[in-house]
Amino acid sequence: MGMIKFSEDHEWIHSEDGIATVGITDFAQKALGDVVFVELPELGANVAKGDDIAVVESVKAASEVYAPVSGEIVAVNSALEDDPALVNRSPQDDGWFFKIKLADEGELEDLLDEDAYDAFAKDQA
Amino acid sequence: MVQDQEIKTTPLHALHLELGAKMVPFAGYDMPVQYPLGVLKEHLHVRQSAGLFDVSHMGQTILRGHEGVDIAALLEQLVPGSIQTLVEGGLRYTMFLNDNGGILDDLMVTRPENAENSLYLVVNAGCKEADFALIQKKIGNKCHMEILDDRALLALQGPKAVDVLEGIIPGVASLSFMRARNFTYEGQELYISRSGYTGEDGFEISIPGYKAPAFAKRLLGSSAVEAIGLGARDSLRLEAGLCLYGSDLIPETTPVEADLLFALGKVRRERKDFPGAERILAQIENGPDIKRVGIKPLGRAPARSHTGIVDLEGNLIGEITSGGFGPSANGPVAMGYVKSKFSEIGTALGLVIRGKVMEAEVVALPFVPHRYFRKPK
Repeated sequence: MGMIKFSEDHEWIHSEDGIATVGITDFAQKALGDVVFVELPELGANVAKGDDIAVVESVKAASEVYAPVSGEIVAVNSALEDDPALVNRSPQDDGWFFKIKLADEGELEDLLDEDAYDAFAKDQA
Repeated sequence: MVQDQEIKTTPLHALHLELGAKMVPFAGYDMPVQYPLGVLKEHLHVRQSAGLFDVSHMGQTILRGHEGVDIAALLEQLVPGSIQTLVEGGLRYTMFLNDNGGILDDLMVTRPENAENSLYLVVNAGCKEADFALIQKKIGNKCHMEILDDRALLALQGPKAVDVLEGIIPGVASLSFMRARNFTYEGQELYISRSGYTGEDGFEISIPGYKAPAFAKRLLGSSAVEAIGLGARDSLRLEAGLCLYGSDLIPETTPVEADLLFALGKVRRERKDFPGAERILAQIENGPDIKRVGIKPLGRAPARSHTGIVDLEGNLIGEITSGGFGPSANGPVAMGYVKSKFSEIGTALGLVIRGKVMEAEVVALPFVPHRYFRKPK
């Protein structure tokens, strides 16, 4: 089953067996509106927590997606390149962005659990 | 929320909130950027059916010439358009110019029916105070300026706009593009023109503010009409190749650089009597150093304003001034200024997006064909 955590940049992080799958939350996709373009990181890239490594764009504006944890990019969801609206339709499932092989599982401790994220997001609404 | 200045509202503000709009500050007003439908669907709805826009933040004014002063000749001191040749019921797109030929604002001038030496102007919200001050300073001693801040301005745009509006205001269907007439609605005078900022057929309706909410609700009562926010207004005008003041037009750019030669009246060019005429006529003669062009990014990545434009050797040759995703074009669309030798249609360019050079091409504007209602001459 693994564990689901959230970042203050409105990402969800599902970690299992040392691999973190990352996407943006339902709150984030609603705030962005219709997603029309997604740029994904390069496979094999080593990223540090906090790096801007992907971009998600709506009709109105472009937003950065940050690496919520450090590690190596071991998969990207190339379905988003042809069908960026997947982010709106299925933000927390089919609309995942990338998978990171965790360099330091301890970094997961700094992330928010679901209740804490919900409270954080409610504050921003 | 703490505001440096008190934020203004339009007569439709309560209606926007009632409709669930997401509000943003724009040109000093609290305005709807989108409704629950969202920018993408709002945009497509206007192209397929009809959309209602609140543009009451724009400046409306009537200028009346003093006795013995022709108001059209007077206004021509500030703009390069031929206003004296404007017929009653006609609209003209023109711009206020500074003494260097730079664009201070772009605007619509109407010579109303039974005008009796008056003109009706609609100017941009963000420029209206400066525009009114300019008018007052330059020609205020020869005309009376009535600022119509008690009137709302609505735009109804899209292929179904005409049928919807004709059902409420009989007679509007007989107007052709860039023509205006006054209509009576519930005892009030509406100034209605067949014009807009989307590239579609449609109307702009000036109505007393207190009448505007009920009138807007009546339009929205039609199943063909959705409320449309500023987000879709921007993507629609960009696809239509229309300039946004402050982005595509600034005080440093001339109408020649902006490729708006159609707005320079033939008789005005001959008379050389508009602000900055010397520089502007020299640019027409010799060609401007830079020119506004349509730019089509060849990939999927939108190029936003201020994106650098490079030639194939990587030299910086210009900048995007408007860019984003075009829902009807179904891809990224942009416009910007390039050095003139790169302005030919089909020229290959690069766009520097997040440090990477993306392929792009100079294309003809508009991205989506205009569908104005023009009567055969």
